[in-house]
Amino acid sequence: MATEHRSPVESGCPDGFQYLHPLMRKHYGNWAYHEDPRPGVLRHVAHNGESIWTVRAGTQRILDVFTLRKLCDIGDEFGDGYVRFTIRSNIEYMVANQEKVEPLIDALEDSGFVVGGTKNSVAMISHTQGWLHCDIPGTDASGVVKAMMDELIDEFRGWNMPNRVHMTTSCCQINCGGQGDIAINVQHTKPPKINHDLVSNVCERPSVVARCPVAAIRPALVNNKPSLEVDEKKCICCGACYPPCPPMQINDPEHTKLAIWVGGNHSNARGKPTFQKLVAAGIPNNPPRWPEATAVVKRILRAYRDDARDWERMNDWIERIGWPQFFERTGLPFTKFHINNWRGSRASLNASAHIRF
Amino acid sequence: MTDEQHKTPMLDDLEQGPWPSFISGIKRLRDQHPDKRVNGVANDLLGQLEHSYETRKGYWKGGTVSVYGYGSGIIPRFSEVGATFPASREFHTLRVQPPAGNYYTTDILRQLGSSWERWGSGLVTFHGQTGNIMFIGASTENTQHFFDEINDYGFDLGGAGPCVRTGMSCVGAARCEQSNTDEMRVHRTLLNNFTDDVHRPALPYKFKFKVSGCGNDCMNSIERSDFSIIGTWRDDMKVDQEAIAGYLKTKGRQYLIDNVVARCPTNALSLSDDDELLVDDRNCVRCMHCLNVLPKALSPGDDKGVSILIGGKRTLKIGDLMGTIIVPFMKLETEEDYERLVELAEETIDFWAENGLEHERCGEMIERIGLVNFLEGIGVEVDPNMINEPRTSSYVRMDDWEEEAEKWFHRKAEESQAAA
Repeated sequence: MATEHRSPVESGCPDGFQYLHPLMRKHYGNWAYHEDPRPGVLRHVAHNGESIWTVRAGTQRILDVFTLRKLCDIGDEFGDGYVRFTIRSNIEYMVANQEKVEPLIDALEDSGFVVGGTKNSVAMISHTQGWLHCDIPGTDASGVVKAMMDELIDEFRGWNMPNRVHMTTSCCQINCGGQGDIAINVQHTKPPKINHDLVSNVCERPSVVARCPVAAIRPALVNNKPSLEVDEKKCICCGACYPPCPPMQINDPEHTKLAIWVGGNHSNARGKPTFQKLVAAGIPNNPPRWPEATAVVKRILRAYRDDARDWERMNDWIERIGWPQFFERTGLPFTKFHINNWRGSRASLNASAHIRF
Repeated sequence: MTDEQHKTPMLDDLEQGPWPSFISGIKRLRDQHPDKRVNGVANDLLGQLEHSYETRKGYWKGGTVSVYGYGSGIIPRFSEVGATFPASREFHTLRVQPPAGNYYTTDILRQLGSSWERWGSGLVTFHGQTGNIMFIGASTENTQHFFDEINDYGFDLGGAGPCVRTGMSCVGAARCEQSNTDEMRVHRTLLNNFTDDVHRPALPYKFKFKVSGCGNDCMNSIERSDFSIIGTWRDDMKVDQEAIAGYLKTKGRQYLIDNVVARCPTNALSLSDDDELLVDDRNCVRCMHCLNVLPKALSPGDDKGVSILIGGKRTLKIGDLMGTIIVPFMKLETEEDYERLVELAEETIDFWAENGLEHERCGEMIERIGLVNFLEGIGVEVDPNMINEPRTSSYVRMDDWEEEAEKWFHRKAEESQAAA
């Protein structure tokens, strides 16, 4: 007998309105301004003078149902039962009464959550899944983030930076974590190792060939089996062939490294949005706490904090002081690998007599 | 299934420290959850994760899993080391579309949590990088049960694979004075027009919509989406000179000069001798910096609408691309305005579906064929707002220059007629 299937209701994206705090529903599109009374707290004022307070807290992002319920309990007991999540996976509680703010902060901190992440703080690191779930990860971004946030927790809680610092991590060079003021990303340093016994069964070979950005992959007969081979001189070790063809293993315990990029900025404020630029590489992929990566990040943060002016994001600061001074102030080595040789690279070279002495 | 706990010395080390730990959460599921199935999954998941930490490698492989009627929305994960860690051998993620703006009541979060622990691992993320609620870890069989349950109370799967992906919209008009559009409506109008393309992957590659209410672009839409909608305004920004006086009093003149006037990217601001902030609105590019510094004194104007940029994406395969302005300004007020927006999205997706190569994002196609061919394909006229500067190379054929120039003058005449 054929199984009876329930047909899906293709309802798509649910209406957010039904979950809005009543004050937000009332003043939808009618807010006048906001204030930042303290780190982690926002006060938005409507045109009629009514206010809503928001308390923002950092979490472990990958929540177990116990933690999810804990967050809900706090929202019911100390908040108004209305929450949202930011793009960086912080939870926000909206309350209509100012008197609820302090007890709500205390309840969150007492339960191990971290109130902060607003304005000129180091925000929660946006990250990808890593070894917990991804099929192609070179590292465990979730673990890197946990280890780093342990050391940056005071920067999350405080307003010590010239402007906000958005950090990201990614487990492969596809970079799902995205652009950031500081990005910690996997960088492979050796071509894939191919298991020729599996290629013809697992991989659609023409699409793998097509996937290579530098045309380094070609079909080949290896041990009388149809397979693929890589021109290792051409290969840029990007790992793009690995997702469509898992027998082309790109991850390596030794040669998969971390690289650090700075100056990615999505905002249009002041300058146009910018991409992040490579500043450090060859950093060991060193679980469980990745101390070498954290050390480089802290070094960059210190230089930025000490030298940037108010409201300068990482990219604004470097644009003002120039790259030679960036490498000087951070003590990071400048190498031939920092000079772009990808398409459009000449636009990134200094075609002027502008030099700082 | 073994009841013995896997030893996890490296994860135990990671668990230490003041920031909340996801390892502690998985251990709670292993040790405290009343359902034995959940305990076993958490135990074997920790075992496999520890194995990854020891060997510095991942052990999940993809495959094909979906719910009845859909071809998308689930990220299949089968363990390569499932013989050692059998309880978490199948560990699929369900991508579920969140309410626009990521708003929840504690009640609906509890309901989702209860459904999830009944069928899945009990691990969930709000939200993944595409914007989905990530329900991490269900067996092949249970994905259907979980989906059926939450679909009954209004939740639906998002996109995965070569399809229209789940959208994102910022906090928006619900709680932000800088909002210039109805972000939730834009988000739901677009996404729910393409439900079929979300659930049934049939496009060259992924296609993402993101909506930000102003140029601060909190959703990172210019770089992270194929179709970016950004709120803006075209009349004068509002200046409350009394509030400016207030800022002068508390922050001081130099602060205002150094951090507001001097940071304007187009030198459109000045502070007069009698301490008024003067704005050259014709040259303001709506970058949002001064509004960010002086939220009490400065606000967007009344003639609001959106700009649309197309073609943003990250690395693979030709390198990073920002989106390009395709529509400098359009109103979004009437039903017809929203229909025009949907039409533009449909034209874009149809043209790209027809002309994009396999695994080629919309922006990569534009790079390959040139912006002008793309514009002709979707029926949009050229506009100097689309470029940073005109071409610098003379290597181009210009056979029909006169006609094109005539088109421009004709359009300009029509526009001034319409304005009059």
